[in-house]
Amino acid sequence: MSLVARHLEENGIPTVAFSNARDISTSACNPRLVFTNYPLGNPAGRPHDRENQREILTVGFRLLEEATGPGEIVDTPFQWSEDREWMRLIFSDEQPFLSEEAEAERQMLLDKNRLAKKGANGGAP
Amino acid sequence: MEYVRYIDKTRDYYAKLGHEKAYAWAHNESAPFTPLAKPLSESRVTLISTAGFTLVPEEGLSGEEMARLRSGGSNMGSYDLEVWPIPSDLPEERILYIVGNHDRSQSDMADPNTFFPITRLREFQAEGVLGSLSRDFFRLKENYSQRKTLEVDAPEVLRRCREDNVDVALLTPV
Repeated sequence: MSLVARHLEENGIPTVAFSNARDISTSACNPRLVFTNYPLGNPAGRPHDRENQREILTVGFRLLEEATGPGEIVDTPFQWSEDREWMRLIFSDEQPFLSEEAEAERQMLLDKNRLAKKGANGGAP
Repeated sequence: MEYVRYIDKTRDYYAKLGHEKAYAWAHNESAPFTPLAKPLSESRVTLISTAGFTLVPEEGLSGEEMARLRSGGSNMGSYDLEVWPIPSDLPEERILYIVGNHDRSQSDMADPNTFFPITRLREFQAEGVLGSLSRDFFRLKENYSQRKTLEVDAPEVLRRCREDNVDVALLTPV
């Protein structure tokens, strides 16, 4: 996704990315980044919290208008919950990222799609 | 500041599962930069996301089908498009989050505005904060191939943005 932002920016379209994965986004180096320390899937704010969503988007609007060079990052001050348990659990043994069944199903779907594409291309790679 | 180290955690997790080669995350030392040409209140704004959602057909879905899709790990026709235009005036109720490839224990992903803030952006536009919204917003296929992102998705998004005179792009990676 950062690669898309960079491509647009190179071609004259300013961008701002909203992210919940600070390390991934900063590694790719986004032109402008708004980081909120929420679980993945909530880059534009807390669910069912219109005010919080508006605040986070507004941080991005301000960054668009005020940034003077590439690579600026704004860390929003919001916390997902009082405790940090959700952070500790991610990819831990207590909470694997995917269950074995979910991963098996995902791989099956990917294989099926690959086969379907191969068929459509007449077997060409 | 404390935050989740996803790169370290995914590397350790997949190594434990026996994958020998770690995923090579994109890495750059610097970024390109284009300053805003005019105030946001006069700009045409688009939204681009990799969030794993599909669209509920206009005629709706049965409760059972909704529940099945909502539970994650599903697939549905248009979900396979690389660059999927989503009309910016689409009612948010039609957006249904369906993938289960990240931790969903903290949120049921039922509010699309957290990952695809379509209603919030319409509000900002109506209030005059944003000049206008592009005809379509975009959902990009979750893509672990950087080559494909660079060769297919990025040029296609740029082409569509130019076609619709987009001035600014907001991105919500998931």
